[in-house]
Amino acid sequence: MSISRRGFLKWAGAANATVILGKSATGASNHDFKGYPDSKGVLYDSTLCIGCRKCEKGCNTVNELATPEKPFDDLSVMERTRRTTNDSFTVVNQYADDEKPGESAFRKIQCNHCLEPACAAACFVEAFQKTPSGAVEYDASVCVGCRYCMIACPFEIPTYEYHKALTPRVRKCTLCYPRITKGLLPGCVDICPTEALLFGKRTDLLKTARERIARKPGEYIDHIYGEKEMGGTSWLYLAGTSFSSIGLNEHLGNKPAIEYTAGTLSAVPLVVGLWPVFLTGAYAMNKRREKIAFSEKEAAVAIAIEETRAAALEKQEAALQKAERVKKKDIDNAVKQALAEAQKPDDEKSE
Amino acid sequence: MTDEPTVAESSSLMTPGNVITAVILVLGAIVTVLRFTQGLGATTNLSDNNPWGIWIGFDLLVGVALAAGGFVTSAAVYLFGMKRYHSAVRPAVLTGFLGYFMVVIALSYDVGRPWRLPYPFAIQQGTTSMLFEVALCVALYLTVLFLEISPAALEWLGFRMLRNVITKLTIVLTIFGVVLSTLHQSSLGALFLLAPSKMHPLWYSSYLPVYFFITSIIAGLSMVIFEASLSHRFFSDKMDQTHKDEADGLMLGFAKAASFILAGYFVIKVFGISADNNWHYLFTGYGVWFLVELMGFVALPSVLYAIGTREKNITLIKWTSALTVLGIILNRLNVSLVAFNWHLPSADRYFPNWMEIVITVFLVTLGITLFRFIVTKMPILYEHKDYQTSTH
Repeated sequence: MSISRRGFLKWAGAANATVILGKSATGASNHDFKGYPDSKGVLYDSTLCIGCRKCEKGCNTVNELATPEKPFDDLSVMERTRRTTNDSFTVVNQYADDEKPGESAFRKIQCNHCLEPACAAACFVEAFQKTPSGAVEYDASVCVGCRYCMIACPFEIPTYEYHKALTPRVRKCTLCYPRITKGLLPGCVDICPTEALLFGKRTDLLKTARERIARKPGEYIDHIYGEKEMGGTSWLYLAGTSFSSIGLNEHLGNKPAIEYTAGTLSAVPLVVGLWPVFLTGAYAMNKRREKIAFSEKEAAVAIAIEETRAAALEKQEAALQKAERVKKKDIDNAVKQALAEAQKPDDEKSE
Repeated sequence: MTDEPTVAESSSLMTPGNVITAVILVLGAIVTVLRFTQGLGATTNLSDNNPWGIWIGFDLLVGVALAAGGFVTSAAVYLFGMKRYHSAVRPAVLTGFLGYFMVVIALSYDVGRPWRLPYPFAIQQGTTSMLFEVALCVALYLTVLFLEISPAALEWLGFRMLRNVITKLTIVLTIFGVVLSTLHQSSLGALFLLAPSKMHPLWYSSYLPVYFFITSIIAGLSMVIFEASLSHRFFSDKMDQTHKDEADGLMLGFAKAASFILAGYFVIKVFGISADNNWHYLFTGYGVWFLVELMGFVALPSVLYAIGTREKNITLIKWTSALTVLGIILNRLNVSLVAFNWHLPSADRYFPNWMEIVITVFLVTLGITLFRFIVTKMPILYEHKDYQTSTH
């Protein structure tokens, strides 16, 4: 199997961490991860959605979620824009249809099961895994509860059990992983009374979506939302009105989330490798500079001492010579005086 | 000063400062019990749209940035040869250690299952995560800071042998500290790189990791100045003559460095706007707020520090350090709380619950109390009489 970009970055991250995980890695890859072959997905066709909220009900039942305050046949809740919560992994919202004035357009939202999920890139315990089935699985048994996945998710899907003191979990759609692995349909798809939801191989769904657009070009916006957004998602959307008017962000770009941190992550091993070299170099240079300054100071002091001593010696010598001269002069004088005394006429003495 | 300063015997503990501290500690203890028995929902305003509040925005992001004085000062003194600032190392490293310690405590309030905090290392490593890098570096750096400050405790306790062994590691620890700080300071900014669609474009930039790293140096320098001015006011009796003599030079030197780095940061912030061609956003409400941050808390302190250095105006430098620290706080809150989720209607935006604020104030108070305790007991602001000539 080829190594995905995530696989490579995993390796790059591990290098920084000095954690040897024994995970294989090839060199830098420049290919796109197109998703696991045969992975499953769902095509949601907004033009066929009648806003009945049956999918919400089906989801609630198969996932054994808490019964909501207002029953699922109460359609008034759709007047407010709702997001996913602990107890509703999917919600249908109602929007004014830009293309058909006076009419409504609907949009179902749930986890889009990205091909390269932002939540998985964010998680520091790998609680999220993109499985070959197509589902992005969450493992509550390792989750620390940092909620970085919720920061990262561009579709604002994961929710958190803030009300639980000891065992809070992240909650989100599982693509009914336990059901699809048994050959059953996801709860929402199973219950949908129209063909708004279609479960199948993602590659087949893309073909179907293109066919639908080709068959009724006037009915559809010529775009399959989720084919490329954020690197592609397993849920795909068709709409008869602009995607942004039904609450789907059209400015996400086609890069998978992990590419936004790839540059920084790849810089990590460089910092680990080069910073110590640079810093030790700085230390060594300063140490050497100090040493040189010290020895220069020593030398200067030695020279100064030598000069002072030489000067002192010279001075001493001069003083000595001077003293000697003075002494000699004194002696000479004394001798001279003595001689003069001795040569005085005797007569002077006899008197 | 050769004698170890003695703790001033206070006739009464009922000083206003102590009373306020006691009230905060009691309130904090009550909210702590609530947090761990009733959960995050009962004590915070966190929601599915706003998974991170002030415990991340302030306690983690601001806490780590303001604790950068440790690596900045020890690098300046031990690696870049600025021995004349030696007396500033211990207080800076102590602040760093307590800062990171408080960050870890704050995180255990914030995450859902704090007893699992070792999981990223022990159970399963999510190495593609920026947060993994943050967690690993913070854990390692806390250890480094602990080792760096331990000689002070060992001198106090009289463990000469062990103390001498650890001081031999000074250079290695300092280098390790700079590497780890570079990585996690920048990674804290890089956390937000993953969510370009949720951040206001003026604050979102691929330069975010660089911005966070550079501002951490500014924060470190300014915190050392700010803290030195507070210490001189409150712990003057604990300081030796060297510490007092070196203080003015330290402030002038660090202010000069901070002025330069602020100027460089200003330039790369402008480059950031230019690189993403975000000029038109400057003329919106968010743009005005961005300019307040950039002009009032980056450009202005850069100029004020420069004036303070040139005119040797220590008072101006002290006030500028406070302004700069405020600017760092503003920046981290802007990135994590103001710019994040800017696209949501105001009803869905986050504002902290009073209990979140109580815990934040509680942890800051706890940190300051620990600092006061350690400074009065251990040789932080003076050299221990038995180790006067040592290089550490």
